Amino acid sequence: MEAFQFDVPALPADALEAERRVREFLARERAAGTYQPHLSSWNTHDAEFSRRAGRAGLVAVGFPKEYGGQGWSMLARYVIAREMLANGAPCFAHWIAERQSGPQILRHGSERARKLILPKICAGECTFGIGMSEPDSGSDLAAVRTRAVRQGDDWVINGSKIWTSNAHNAHYLIALVRTSEADGKNRHVGLTQFVIDMAKPGVKVRPIYNLAGGHEFNEVHFNDYVVPDDMRVGELGAGWDMVTGELAFERSGPDRFLSDYRLMVELIDRVGTKPDAYQAVEIGRLVSHLSALTRMGTSIAGMLTAGKSPQVEAALLKDVGNVFERELPEVARRIAPVQPAPDDAGARYSETLSHIVQHAPSYTLRGGTREILRGVIARALGLR
Amino acid sequence: MSTTNPANETAEMSAIVLEQAERLFRGEITKERLEAADGGAWPAELWAAIEENGLTLAMVPEAAGGVGLPAADALKLLRLSGYHTLPLPLAETMVGAALWAEASGEAVGGPLAIGPTAPGEQLLIAKSGSDWKLAGTLTRIPWAAQSAHALLHARDAAGAGYLVLLPQGSGRIEPRANIGKEARDTLMLDGVVVPAAAVRPAPAACREGMLAAGALVRTQQMVGAMERALDYALAYVMERKQFGRELAKFQAIQQQLAEVAGLYAISSAAADGAREAWGRPGFEMSVALAKARVGEAVNRLTDVCHQVHGAMGYTQELPLHFATRRLWAWREEFGNETHWQRRIGEWACANGGEALWRALAENRFE
Ligand SMILES: Cc1cc2nc3c(=O)[nH]c(=O)nc-3n(C[C@H](O)[C@H](O)[C@H](O)COP(=O)(O)OP(=O)(O)OC[C@H]3O[C@@H](n4cnc5c(N)ncnc54)[C@H](O)[C@@H]3O)c2cc1C
Repeated sequence: MEAFQFDVPALPADALEAERRVREFLARERAAGTYQPHLSSWNTHDAEFSRRAGRAGLVAVGFPKEYGGQGWSMLARYVIAREMLANGAPCFAHWIAERQSGPQILRHGSERARKLILPKICAGECTFGIGMSEPDSGSDLAAVRTRAVRQGDDWVINGSKIWTSNAHNAHYLIALVRTSEADGKNRHVGLTQFVIDMAKPGVKVRPIYNLAGGHEFNEVHFNDYVVPDDMRVGELGAGWDMVTGELAFERSGPDRFLSDYRLMVELIDRVGTKPDAYQAVEIGRLVSHLSALTRMGTSIAGMLTAGKSPQVEAALLKDVGNVFERELPEVARRIAPVQPAPDDAGARYSETLSHIVQHAPSYTLRGGTREILRGVIARALGLR
Repeated sequence: MSTTNPANETAEMSAIVLEQAERLFRGEITKERLEAADGGAWPAELWAAIEENGLTLAMVPEAAGGVGLPAADALKLLRLSGYHTLPLPLAETMVGAALWAEASGEAVGGPLAIGPTAPGEQLLIAKSGSDWKLAGTLTRIPWAAQSAHALLHARDAAGAGYLVLLPQGSGRIEPRANIGKEARDTLMLDGVVVPAAAVRPAPAACREGMLAAGALVRTQQMVGAMERALDYALAYVMERKQFGRELAKFQAIQQQLAEVAGLYAISSAAADGAREAWGRPGFEMSVALAKARVGEAVNRLTDVCHQVHGAMGYTQELPLHFATRRLWAWREEFGNETHWQRRIGEWACANGGEALWRALAENRFE
């Protein structure tokens, strides 16, 4: 077996500076009570918060200066992200743009797309969505049917996307579409990614409510939507390579083990400074998982900083990170029982638990299901 | 190439020592040797080769007569020894020699036993003229009968901690073994008199006895043995056919092995955390985090590795059991995961919810 190695690099100067800045920023936000840490997460959309983070120089710090960034390392970005998560900061308005769409455009977009979009991302003013899944194309992503047909310098798109998180707030999506037929042997050919401007005609968003009643994701319908060729991301037909690269960004971050970190904080405070043996053992167990996950996260950010492409490591981290995220509410309810109620205003622990119990099922679906990730790992092990 | 850079030189030296050890273990730890060790044999030549290669003194500073590798590098040797299921007390000797060198400034040769190995066991020590006198019985001491010395932690009536270096033959020994068939002896030490030179105030790593140092080395060995068990499982499912194809082709098999590869990865990260914490503030808590995480992973990992081997893995025919029986033994030694989880939980609760993140982010568990 390839011995998976998660060496932890020392934080470079830019990451230390990033840590100082983000802590200062979050201390100010929390002192001013701009958001409710126990009820929000990276999945919470708050355009004003993202704008303030952008103004504080905390969004997309890794982008080059010419596009509004600071040219900092992936480790600096990672440190900012994990501090945001540990503080329950509502980051969704800039999260996807910063995590994956922006980096895709930076690497594979046209110069016009870069100049138009990247500075807005860095300013915390630009919200992106991910247009991968379709009604008949979930785990089997290569089955997408939304098509783009060439028309002069443009492409005309027809079809539907589904589960598109935050599409109702998004300025742009990156959509994966068919630009030519799959050949019989290789279904990965003929796919291409485009940047979709949500303000243009021909694209409609309809809400889908999650089980808790929240409006998180959507259906997105394209009806003769026209996109110029210079909004293509990557070579024509290279869409499959594009999405696999993008998924490495999507899977490798602290958002795959810190989604419900605030419950950890609330749980410890609920239990109090004198836990009984059972409570201490279970909290200790969770902390032992978290500390190893934190090391893995830092290590992967170090690999990205060093220009490596840690796709398998990312799948491993998301898998073990999701196990932790799914287990946390279960442990909480056993060692600090409460009847969780969403209307338990003021009873923070109960509110947080109520929120997390209902959202936890999504953790092992979004960004690739547990089973698909384990398939990726199995391939790396040489089993398939 | 700046070979004059001391950091590079050290890294090179570590790489050389590790490579030599790998070659030695791979060549010498055969199935026959492991079976003989299971029957109680002490592979003296192998031990001699280990000492000759400087492995036992890897963590001891050069000034004290050791090899002087950085601890974080030296401890990788134990991961290797775990991978190869070395049937000898290299782990105990390596960490014991480092502790004694720190306490006394001197290196000690020959195999070392360390203890106590169980939470709650305590050796007592009291002044007796210019000497010291011991009281107590310690159980499950690794290779006490075969070791040149036992390095034991003891406390006086006031609670002060000491390290005691006992030559072989002190007190009474009852030979016992763990389920890895490794010697784990009982040491009866009531009334044993020790000269002052063999008693030193315990160094910082032993603030709470021998458990942290012992748990540190066990976590390294355990991730090594986990990797070995996984390697055996992967090789087996690619070879063995049922229903006309390799077991590896069945998705149920793939999913289980992928899951435990994740457990191995996170355990390995946890063990690295302990390895790098030697000599640093918060050492004990880093070890606690590692022993807790690694110990918990053993059950599921060995479960799957055995399951995919079918009945054949439940025999002595295949070498899988050399790794898995040791894992089942090692997870209990120097505090099992419950012991360490509780310590961590009490620490986390005492500090309050908001304080935890800084410790995690900065990897400082003081
Ligand atoms: C909260 C949330 C937000 C999301 N946001 C977005 C977004 O913004 N953009 C976007 O494009 N998508 C998004 N998704 C969609 C997500 O990527 C898909 O849910 C996921 O890829 C699985 O697809 P599916 O839901 O169609 O399930 P299916 O693919 O139908 O799978 C159902 C079950 O079958 C299993 N399964 C499928 N194939 C196999 C196989 N070969 N072997 C074994 N088991 C298999 C799956 O693991 C799963 O357990 C989001 C999902 C959620 C829950």
